[in-house]
Amino acid sequence: MGEEITVDKVMDLKGLACPMPVVKVSKGIKEVEIGQVIEAVTTDPGSLADFPAWARTSGNEILKTDQEGGVIRFYIKRKA
Amino acid sequence: MKESNAKKQDVLEQDDYPQKMEDLEKQIGELKTQFESLSKATPENKVSLIVFSGDLDKVLASFIIATGAAAMGMDVVMFFTFWGTPILRDKGKKVRGKDFMGKMFSAMLPKGACEVKLSKMNMAGMGTAMMKSLMKKKNVASLEQMLELAAELGVRIHICEMSMDLMGFKREEMIDYPNLTFCGVAKFMEEAQNSKVQLFI
Repeated sequence: MGEEITVDKVMDLKGLACPMPVVKVSKGIKEVEIGQVIEAVTTDPGSLADFPAWARTSGNEILKTDQEGGVIRFYIKRKA
Repeated sequence: MKESNAKKQDVLEQDDYPQKMEDLEKQIGELKTQFESLSKATPENKVSLIVFSGDLDKVLASFIIATGAAAMGMDVVMFFTFWGTPILRDKGKKVRGKDFMGKMFSAMLPKGACEVKLSKMNMAGMGTAMMKSLMKKKNVASLEQMLELAAELGVRIHICEMSMDLMGFKREEMIDYPNLTFCGVAKFMEEAQNSKVQLFI
């Protein structure tokens, strides 16, 4: 319900095209500790499919996905 | 009466124990060898790409796949052969001592990633120039940027020695890349054999 997600790092990936959002987030997640959360902001519609696929194969968890006017926000917890 | 019968059976079974143990040990041994051969045959988390094409669009797609796979934690090998080899030439490097055919190939094939043309709608270079400006506008990375990114992500590049020889390219004129190997088909096949994904582009 009103569960707040604590964000440890924000990544602005707006305007970037495939494969950059996934490449950058895979680098960025290594800069936080396991258990910490990053908020990745993209405008690439392809990332709606790409981020979950990347998270599944890399063993990380997408806690929440928000979409608002072409801007997509992923809250990703580092698990691996 | 019943009791003694049961006792007898117990004794019999106990006599069988050494034999049973031996059988079990044998079975475990067999399973172990089977497991070892299976784990050897299991592919690694690796992608092997053959970049045969020298077209901008196809090479760009190759690099997008390569860098994406690397981002997903996969080990990536790109094997550049035939028309793919000239892409890895360094524009700034000059070499001497090429024969006539070598000079011809050098002049006619693209020198480096910046000279690569589209496979379709090139229109004497106009189409390629338009595509490049569109890519810039849409924030799609250029081939040169993709090469840099691949290097950063640890993508390994193999160059086909035979293609180099055929087109008269020399090692000294190829780009400086951290993971560059000159090799033949056997080296690539060794990589491809234990890769989960193999692509020919």
